[in-house]
Amino acid sequence: MSAVIHESDLNSEAHHHGPPTGFKRWLYSTNHKDIGTMYLIFALVMLFLGGAMAMLIRAELYMPGLQIVNPDLYNNLVTDHALIMVFGLVMPAAAGMANWMIPMMIGAPDMALPRMNNMSFWLLPAAAILLVSSLLVQFIPGTGTPVNTGWTLYPPLSVQVGLGMDLLIFSVHLLGISSIMASINIVTTILNMRAPGMTMMKMPLFVWAWFFTGLLLIIIMPVLAGGVTMLLFDRHFGTSFFDAAGGGDPVLFQHLFWFFGHPEVYVLLLPSIGVLGMVIPTFSRKPLFGYKPLVYFMGFLFALGLIVWAHHQYTIGMSLGATTYFMIGTILISIPVGLMIFNFIFTMWRGSMTFETPMLFAIAIILMFSFAGVTGVMLAVVPADLQYHDTYFVVAHFHYALIPGAVFGLYAGVFYWLPKWTGHMYDEKLGKIFFWWTTLSFNLTFFPQHFSGLAGMPRRIIDYNIQYIEFNQISSIGAFLFGLSHLLFLYIIIKTVKGGEKAPAKPWDGAQIGTPGLEWTLPSPPPFHSFTTPPEVK
Amino acid sequence: MDLSMLKPIAVTRALASLVLVTITSTAFAAYDLNLPEPAAPLTRQMFDLHMLTTWIATIIMVVIIAIVGYAIIKFRKSKNYEADQNFHTSAFGTWSWILVPVIVLGIDLTIAGSAGDALKAVEDYSQKNDVTIKVIGSQWKWTYEYMDDGIKVVSNMLPEEKAGKHYLRAVDNPLVLPVNKRIRLLHTATDVNHAWWVPEIAYKKDAIPGYINETWTKIEKEGTYRGQCAELCGTGHAFMPIVVEAVSEEKYEAWKAKQKMALAQAQAEASSDKVWSKDELYSKGEKLYNTNCAACHQANGAGIPGVFPALAGSKIATGDKAGHIDIVLNGKAGTAMAAWGKQLNDLEIAAIITYERNAWGNNKNDTVQPADIKSARK
Amino acid sequence: MSTADQYFIPEPSRWPIVAVTGLFFTVLGIALWVNDVNIGPYSVILGMLVVAYLFFGWFGDVIDESLSNKYNKEVDRSFRQGMFWFITSEVFFFASFFASLYYFRNISLPYLGGEGHLGESHILWEGFKYSWPLVNLPDGTNYTQLKEPMGAAGIPAYNTAILLTSGVTLTWAHWALKKGSKGQLMLGMFLTIALGVTFFALQAYEYMHAYKEMGLTLNSGIYGSTFYMLTGFHGLHVTIGTIMLIVITVRCAKDHFTKDNHFAFEGVAWYWHFVDVVWLGLYIFVYWL
Ligand code: HEA
Ligand code: HEA
Ligand code: HEC
Ligand code: CUA
Ligand SMILES: [Cu+2]
Repeated sequence: MSAVIHESDLNSEAHHHGPPTGFKRWLYSTNHKDIGTMYLIFALVMLFLGGAMAMLIRAELYMPGLQIVNPDLYNNLVTDHALIMVFGLVMPAAAGMANWMIPMMIGAPDMALPRMNNMSFWLLPAAAILLVSSLLVQFIPGTGTPVNTGWTLYPPLSVQVGLGMDLLIFSVHLLGISSIMASINIVTTILNMRAPGMTMMKMPLFVWAWFFTGLLLIIIMPVLAGGVTMLLFDRHFGTSFFDAAGGGDPVLFQHLFWFFGHPEVYVLLLPSIGVLGMVIPTFSRKPLFGYKPLVYFMGFLFALGLIVWAHHQYTIGMSLGATTYFMIGTILISIPVGLMIFNFIFTMWRGSMTFETPMLFAIAIILMFSFAGVTGVMLAVVPADLQYHDTYFVVAHFHYALIPGAVFGLYAGVFYWLPKWTGHMYDEKLGKIFFWWTTLSFNLTFFPQHFSGLAGMPRRIIDYNIQYIEFNQISSIGAFLFGLSHLLFLYIIIKTVKGGEKAPAKPWDGAQIGTPGLEWTLPSPPPFHSFTTPPEVK
Repeated sequence: MDLSMLKPIAVTRALASLVLVTITSTAFAAYDLNLPEPAAPLTRQMFDLHMLTTWIATIIMVVIIAIVGYAIIKFRKSKNYEADQNFHTSAFGTWSWILVPVIVLGIDLTIAGSAGDALKAVEDYSQKNDVTIKVIGSQWKWTYEYMDDGIKVVSNMLPEEKAGKHYLRAVDNPLVLPVNKRIRLLHTATDVNHAWWVPEIAYKKDAIPGYINETWTKIEKEGTYRGQCAELCGTGHAFMPIVVEAVSEEKYEAWKAKQKMALAQAQAEASSDKVWSKDELYSKGEKLYNTNCAACHQANGAGIPGVFPALAGSKIATGDKAGHIDIVLNGKAGTAMAAWGKQLNDLEIAAIITYERNAWGNNKNDTVQPADIKSARK
Repeated sequence: MSTADQYFIPEPSRWPIVAVTGLFFTVLGIALWVNDVNIGPYSVILGMLVVAYLFFGWFGDVIDESLSNKYNKEVDRSFRQGMFWFITSEVFFFASFFASLYYFRNISLPYLGGEGHLGESHILWEGFKYSWPLVNLPDGTNYTQLKEPMGAAGIPAYNTAILLTSGVTLTWAHWALKKGSKGQLMLGMFLTIALGVTFFALQAYEYMHAYKEMGLTLNSGIYGSTFYMLTGFHGLHVTIGTIMLIVITVRCAKDHFTKDNHFAFEGVAWYWHFVDVVWLGLYIFVYWL
C-alpha cells in the first residue's frame, strides 16, 4: 500500500529539520503537529468562551426572576453556548488530537493534504468571528430580534430573527466546510498513508474511531448546509420551504437538522471512545479486549446512528409506523455502545491497574457515560419521551453524554498525550485534584437537573416557578465550582508546556500493549517531521 | 448581577435539600423527584413505563458499578496483581462479542415491548370523543376553541402580583374540561411552534403553524392542573403557562351555558350598527389590549426597545386611522405582529385601536368605529 | 511520470489563509447584503476577488509542483481519494434537496390536502386540493400565482440530451488522452465545453421565460421553491464544472498531462459526470414525474 519514505522532503525549507519561524509558521503551516496545536489552543479558548456563557446561564437561573439578561439575550446565550461547545470545543479538540496523533500512529510523514489541513483549521476562527458577531449585533439598534432559537434553529421562529441569524447561518456554512475538509483529509490519510505493514486491522482504536467520525461528517454536514440554506432562502428570497401557506412544512427543517444532529452526537462521542481505547489498555497493562468486535460494532454504530434521527422529534406527530421504527432503532443503539462499554470493562478485568489522571477519567467516563446512555434509552421510549421531551431531564441526559462522553474523554487524551506533545510530564498531583474536583462538581451540577425535569421544568426558559428553586441553586453552585476547576486545568497545561520533568519517548510503561501504534517510538516531543525514515510494522 | 440574590439562607437550604435528596428516600415525596401523580389513563401508562425504564436503568448502573468497583479494588498493580495477558483469548474472550449484544438485545426488547403497548394506546384515535378542543398556540398565549359549542377562551399568563406562588404557572382564563369524558385535543399554532403540555393529564404535542396534531385524554379527577409551553417560541417562551380546570359534568355544563350567554351578548353588540362613544370604546379597548397586546407592547405601551415597538407616541398609532387599522387588521408578515383581523371581531378591533389612539399620552381624541373596520376588511 | 520517491509535503503556503479570508468576506458580505446593509456588496466583491486570486495562486502552485514531478503515486492516490470524498459530500448536499422534494410531495402536502396521518390539518386550509405541480397554494396571499408548471418536453429534454452527450464527448477526450492523440483530445474537450455552455444558456433562457411568462418564481410556493433550489444549485455546479473544464483544456493544450499521469483531468471528469447524474435525477423527479 504505502510507498517508501526517505528524507522527509525535497524542498530546502524542510531540510533544516526545524520549524519555520515567525508568524508564518502558524498562518502558513503545513505541519500536522503545528496545526494540531492550533486546533487544541482554539478549542481551549472556546471552552472558556462557551463556559463563560454557561456561567451566565447558571447565574441567571440561580434565582427565579429576571436578573442579569433579558429573555432574548438569554436564549441567544443558550444558542451560542451550545454551538460553541459543540463546534468550537469538542470537534476542534478532537480534530487537534487527530492531527497530532493519527500520522504518528500510522507512521505517516504528515496528513495527506497538508495545505487543505491548514485551511480546515483557519476556517474555524473565521466562523467563530461570525458566530460571536451574531451574538453581538443585537446591541446595534435596528438589527432585529437576537438569535433566540436555541442551537436547533427551528423555523418559523428562526425566520423572525434579525441579522444575527444570517451571520449564524454563514458561520454554520464555514464550520461545515471546515469539518468536511478536515474529514476528507483524515479519512484519506488513514486509507492512503499507513506505513508498510500497518494494516487496517492493526490500527490503534483511536484511528478507527476517527475513521468513522470522518465518514459521518462527510455525510451529515452537507445536509445541515442544505437545511440552513433553505432557511436563508425562506428568510430573504421568498421561498416557502417552511411555511404551510405556500405548501411548505416547518417540520422538514427538523428532519434535516436532526439527520445531521443525531449522528453529530456520535461525532462528538467516537473520538473520545478512541482515546479510551488507548488509555484503558495502557493503565491496565493488558491488550484491548475484543479489538475486532469493537471495530465492527463501531461500524454498526456508524450505520445505525444515521437512521434514527427522528427520536428528537417524537412530539411532531409522526405516524405510528414511523414512530415505532425510530423508537426501536434508537433503543438498539445500546447494543454497539454497550459492547464498547463492556469491552472496556473487560480490558480492566484481570489487568494490573494504576490510576494516573487519564485512567481516573476513563473509569469515571465508563460510569457516567453509561448513566447518560441509560437515560438516553429512557428518552428513546416514545410514550415516556412525550413527558420528558424539552424538559431539564433532556438537558441532564445530554450533559452527561457530552461532558463525560466527549469532553472528559478529551481531557483524558490531553493528560495522556501531554508528555508526548510537550516533552514534559504534567504534575500528577494537580491532575488528580483536577479530576476529583471536576467529577464531583460536574455531578453536582447536572444530577439534580434530572429531577427538575421530571418535576416539570421546561428547558430554554429564563424564569421558572419557585417550586424548582432548590434544584436550580444546587445546579448553579455546582456549575460555578465546575467552571473554576477549569482554571486549574489551564494552569496545569501552561505549567507542563513551560517545563517539568522530562518525559521519555514512552512515558507510560503500559503504552503500546497490544497495538503497534507508532507514536511511542518517536521521542517526546517528536521532531518537527514525524517519520523521516519509514517505519516498518511487522 | 444583584448579589443580594445569593441569599445565604437559600444556599443553605439548597445544600441541605441536596443532602436530603441523596440520603433519604422520604425526600422523594417532599421534593418532587419524579413525574407528578398521573390523573389520566394515558399519562398513567406513561408513568408506569417511566418507572419500568428507571428501574432497568438503575439495575444496569448497579451492575456496572459493581463490576467496575470490584475490578478497581482487585486488579491493581499496587496489590501486585499480575495482568492476565491471555484473558481476551479465553473462551469468554472469544464469545463475549456475541454474549453481550444478546443480553443487551434482550433488555431492549423488554423495553420496546411494553413501550409498544403504550404507544398503541396513545395513537388510538378510533373511539368516540365527547369534547373536541382546538388548542391554538400564539406568541405568547393559548387560545382554546370548543369546537362543538363555539366557545372561545383566550388564556394569558397572570402577573406575579396576582399569581403568587403559582407565578409562571397561572393564567387568567383556564381551559375548563369535564372529568371522565374522552377529550380530543387538536393542536395548532398561529406563528411559530409551541407545545402544549400538562404532565398529569396530557403529554406533549407540538403546535405547528399550518398543521394540526391530535392527542386525546380522559381526566379522572377534578382539580387544577398546571403546565407550560414546552417548545421554544421566542421572547416569551417562559411566560406561556397552561392551566386546566377539571370539573364535574354539571359544573361544566353550567360554565358552558354562561360562556354562551356572554358570547351571544358580545355578538349582538358587535353586529349592532350602534355608533359607540369614545369612553365606551376606550374602556372596552383597555381590557382587550391588556389581554391581547400587552404581552408584546406592554401595558404601558412602551414596548420592548429593539424587539417590540412602543405604541405610546408611535408614528402609526398617532398617524392616520387607515394605517393604524391596517397594521392591526393585517399584521406585518415576517414579524411577530399577527393579523388580528382573523382573531378579533370588528368591535373588538375598533375598541383596541381607539384605546391605543387615546392612551399613554397619544391624545388623538378620535374614535374608530366597528363600521370603519368592516369597510377596511374589504 | 513522477520521479519523486517520497510523499510530497508542501512548504508553508499562504493560500489556505487567503482562501479563508476570501470566503469570510464573501459570506459576511452576503449576510449584510440580504439585510440591506450597504457595505455588504463591497465585501462580497472583495471576497470574490480574493477567491479568484486564490484560485490562480493555489492551482498555480499545484500545477508547478505537478509539472516538476514532485508528486508520486501515493500523492496521486491522496488526490483521487480526496476528490472521491468531496463528491460524496456533494451527493449528500443534493440529497438534502431531493429528500425535501420527496417529503413535500409524499408526506406534508397530502396532510394539508386532508390525507394521511395529519390529514386533520385540512380544516385550516379549507378548499385546498393537493396536486403536483402545486398551482393553487393553501394560502396564496403572500405568494406569486403560478400560471403554468414546467413541462418535461422542450428545453429540459434538449438539456438532458446535451448533458448526456457532453458526458460521452468527455469520455472520448479522456480516451484520446490515454491514447496520446492530441487532436481528438482537444476536439473532445471543445465539444464538451460547448455543450456545457449551451446547457447553461438554455437554462438561463428557461429561467427568464419561467419568471416572465409562467409565473414560476422563487416566490410561487413550494413548487417554485424546490424547482429553483434544485435546478439552481445544479446550474451553479455546471458553471463551476465548465470553468474547470476550460482550465484543464488549457492545460491539455500546454501538454501538462501524460497518458498515465493526469489526475486533474480525471478529477474534473468525475465532477462532470457527477453533475450529469444529478441532472438525470432532476429531470426525472423535478420535470417529469
Ligand atoms: C455525546 C453526545 C450524546 C450521546 C452519545 C447520546 C447518546 C444517546 N442519546 Fe442523546 N442527546 C444528546 C447527546 C448525546 N446522546 C443531545 C445533545 C441531545 C439533545 C439535543 C437537543 O435537543 O438540544 C440528546 C437528546 C436525546 C434524545 C431526545 C430527547 C428529547 O428531546 O426528547 C433521545 C431520545 O431518544 C436521546 C437518546 C440517546 C440514546 C438512546 C443514546 C445512545 O447512544 C446511548 C447508548 C449507550 C448506552 C445505552 C449505555 C451503555 C450500554 C450499556 C451499559 C448496555 C446496557 C444498556 C441497556 C440495555 C439500555 N438523546
Ligand atoms: C459539548 C457540549 C457542551 C458542554 C461542554 C456544556 C457545558 C455546560 N453546560 Fe451546556 N448545553 C449544550 C452543550 C454543552 N454544554 C447544549 C447542546 C445545550 C442545548 C442548547 C439549546 O437548548 O439550544 C446546552 C444547554 C445548557 C443549559 C440549558 C439552558 C436552557 O435550556 O435554558 C444549561 C443550564 O444549566 C447548560 C449548562 C452548562 C454548564 C454549566 C456547562 C459547564 O460544563 C461549563 C463548564 C466550563 C467552564 C465554565 C469553563 C470556563 C471557565 C471559566 C470561564 C472560568 C471562570 C469560572 C467562573 C466564573 C465560575 N447548558
Ligand atoms: C407577539 C407580539 C405582538 C403582539 C401580541 C402584538 N403585536 Fe403589535 N407589533 C409587534 C411587532 C414585532 C411589531 C413591529 C412590526 C414591524 O416590524 O413593523 C408590531 C407593530 C404594531 C404596530 C405599529 C407600531 C409602529 O409604530 O410601528 C401597532 C399599531 C400594533 N403593533 C398594534 C398591536 C395591537 C393592537 C395588538 C393587539 C391586538 C398587537 N399589536 C399585538 C408585535 C406584537
Ligand atoms: Cu410557546 Cu414556548
Ligand atoms: Cu439523538
